[in-house]
Amino acid sequence: MRERIEEALKKHTADYVEIRIEETQSTNVTYRGQDLEEVGTTTQLGGSVRAAVNGGWGFVSFNRVADLRDKVSQAVSQARLVGSEKTELADVPPVEDVSQRMSMRRDPGDVPLEEKKRLMDSYVEEIWRTPKIQTSNVGYGDGYRKQYIGNSTGTYIEQERGRVYARFGVVARENGNVQQARAGFASSEDYGVVEGRHADVREAAAKAVAMLDAQPPKGGEFMVILDSTLAGVFAHEAFGHLSEADHVYENEKLKEIMVLGRAFGGTFLNITDSGQVPGLTGSFAYDDEGVPTGKQYLIREGELVGRLHSRETAGKMNEAPTGNARAESYRTPPLVRMRNTAIEPGETPLEEMLAAVKDGVYCKNWYGGQTSMEMFTFSCMEAYAIRDGKLAEPLRGVNLSGNVFTTLENIVAVGDDFAWDPAGGTCGKGGQSAPVGDGSPHVLISKCLVGGQ
Amino acid sequence: MVEELLCKATKQAEVAEALYLESTELPISFEANRIKSINARESSGMALRIVKNGRIGLGYSTKLGAPGDLDALVASAVESAQFGAQARFTLPDTYTTNGVEIFDPAVAALTLDELVALGTEALDALRGHDREFLCDVGATKRISRVRLLNSNGGGSDYRKSVVSLGASINLTRGEDLLDVWHYALSCRADADPQAVAQRIIQRVEAARSTAEVSTKHMPVLFTPQGLGSTLMLPLRQAFSGKTVLEGASPLSDKLGERVFDEKLSVYDDGTLAHAVGSAPTDDEGIPLRRTPLIEDGLVRTFIYDLQTAGLAGAEPTGNGERSPASLPAPGYHNVVVAPGDGGSLEEMIGGVDEGIVVEYTMGASMGNLFSGDFSGNVHLGYKIENGKLAGRVKDTMVAGNSYAALKNIAAIGSEPEWVGGSFYAPPILVADLSVSTRG
Repeated sequence: MRERIEEALKKHTADYVEIRIEETQSTNVTYRGQDLEEVGTTTQLGGSVRAAVNGGWGFVSFNRVADLRDKVSQAVSQARLVGSEKTELADVPPVEDVSQRMSMRRDPGDVPLEEKKRLMDSYVEEIWRTPKIQTSNVGYGDGYRKQYIGNSTGTYIEQERGRVYARFGVVARENGNVQQARAGFASSEDYGVVEGRHADVREAAAKAVAMLDAQPPKGGEFMVILDSTLAGVFAHEAFGHLSEADHVYENEKLKEIMVLGRAFGGTFLNITDSGQVPGLTGSFAYDDEGVPTGKQYLIREGELVGRLHSRETAGKMNEAPTGNARAESYRTPPLVRMRNTAIEPGETPLEEMLAAVKDGVYCKNWYGGQTSMEMFTFSCMEAYAIRDGKLAEPLRGVNLSGNVFTTLENIVAVGDDFAWDPAGGTCGKGGQSAPVGDGSPHVLISKCLVGGQ
Repeated sequence: MVEELLCKATKQAEVAEALYLESTELPISFEANRIKSINARESSGMALRIVKNGRIGLGYSTKLGAPGDLDALVASAVESAQFGAQARFTLPDTYTTNGVEIFDPAVAALTLDELVALGTEALDALRGHDREFLCDVGATKRISRVRLLNSNGGGSDYRKSVVSLGASINLTRGEDLLDVWHYALSCRADADPQAVAQRIIQRVEAARSTAEVSTKHMPVLFTPQGLGSTLMLPLRQAFSGKTVLEGASPLSDKLGERVFDEKLSVYDDGTLAHAVGSAPTDDEGIPLRRTPLIEDGLVRTFIYDLQTAGLAGAEPTGNGERSPASLPAPGYHNVVVAPGDGGSLEEMIGGVDEGIVVEYTMGASMGNLFSGDFSGNVHLGYKIENGKLAGRVKDTMVAGNSYAALKNIAAIGSEPEWVGGSFYAPPILVADLSVSTRG
């Protein structure tokens, strides 16, 4: 493959050309209710060529991996039609690395399908031992991906990545009242992460049943405590997306708002994005432009100190590249994306946070989150009223929303604990999805909008 | 290749079905007021479903060029059939090649320059209105080919053409960010850049100033887009035969009952000419039809693929849709809400003393769709004061229960419009919903 890629990269007339070829294999097992619904395997082979000429881009993707030289010509001529300025890409020293092997402590590829199914069967049984369960959605998946990346700066990389996950969604029902809860586990390096999860699965089922007795919240602004999973989503939704330089680099006004050095919160607030956290599904050695990943501080001691870049956004903003250009697959060009985003631990114990709340909400875990840059919203899986410093009745259907800038300022305490969301996350942007990690300690927010009925 | 795969598979299984999908796509994107990239995407892949010893096996591959690739695909389906679910369906024996109009040679003939011109015209219309707009525009043509063949001789063979044209603008004033977008899809070469730009300009002008709302219950007017992103989401889940089969749908035992306001009728229609959700058959070879979901407030039909229908003891409805790597599952074609007698959007606004208009919500899909409870940030919405739009509402959430809201509809508009090419609906006014805001 190396020869074919390097041959195709010769003698082009573009400012930059990059070729990615990918082989993937994946297996999935899904259950609906107590019944196994689907066992399937997928094999993919495909590639793409991306070219830049005078600031314009051409991109060609294909399944028939042949005539790479022609694909390069096509991408270059498309880019030439578009380009009318100057191609500005950050300088990245060429990388030659063909040693990025998948490092699985236990490789799901070595586990027989029958054993995977037996394991998942046992979880489904565990869920259905709980009374009032209406249905469940259980899924197992593993995947292997090998990438060949070459570009016109002399970079050539072969990189393998693995992924294994198990997801459990549980629906409880009583008298027309339907509630749900979920749990999940994912890893890039160990099949063991999906084993021995019976207690976690039992707990998810119990939570769905417990939420049957919960009441909807009253709407309005409240003091809220977020648990580590939800606070991690908050870091991703509320601040991470705003740190993606592709939103900023051509928007002069947003550049003014996101000027480095600006204060965004208390001195106890630190937010980072890293591609190098072992075991997380948002980790990888090189991004899809062949740029080495690292750990990037976005907020350090309350001050904006960095953002997330592709080669192009880094070049145009004259900042250092960060290895955040990610493509869903060979079919799509890379976008600036997060990897594993976290609020770093502070010093406040959870008990102290609770004691500070007279009338508020303790929010745990999440269904999803979305952002429109300035506004964010996310939904809690589990929530409790807090009255006079003590946890009170459970609440259902709690959605939190707010303005990013004011809410960051409203973070009044960061916990002394820390956890990554064990389920891993999937982030959607520009029609592409990518596995990401979110992590945080508990955080206390002085004012947050709760949607209520 | 389809015949060859089917031939190999039937040697090892009782039933086999091969689905070949091929598409070419030409997306052009404009970013920050200028053309940024031209893409060309070709893809081809083959999905195989078999029944062996009564169990379903499945495989999907895009690696089809080398000798032995088809054998590997058959082998993976045979392996998965050892553990697969019991098959509860019979594949059709009818072969359908035509029907609804979804292929327009004029789309196939659209050149790169013509696509660039479409995008440029939308961009110029937006920038001509306000130089402060930071615009992104996308124009795409897509030609796809589907070949489906099963061991009973059934299947289908058709081509579909789609043109999409979308635009979004960003207007940043201080820390006030306004994002407004609109897009249109069609199987015909009838993309109208001026119309796309006008819809965006109308919304921006309605949102130029900011209005105050207070936390209380009030009438909420959902535009077709607002309806699709909020109230319709729980219904999409509840009418899926899968949700019904599991007993997780709140409508499971309500067939024929009046659950919704009698003004409300909703159909799933795969037979509409030029609509992107239309096709001769579904992905299992069952001819598409117009299926009533709700008629005059009565729950009429749930949607099914073959296997789900078999398990539920229900009639298949031609809703077996699949992403090629997975088994068919109930999926909608074009969801159509029948218009009412509420008049135009302006007339509906005119009838409200104090309320809000919801254009897009954010996060309403993240809640508990089973129960119908929703709670979404009003991403774009306007205050209504004395029958007139009074500016954008910000930092505001709208919450309620879809079933309760659609049981008590104040008015359904007379003028439906397409949202994203496969949802066609008028505005709907709900008399009383909870609106929460800061302070």
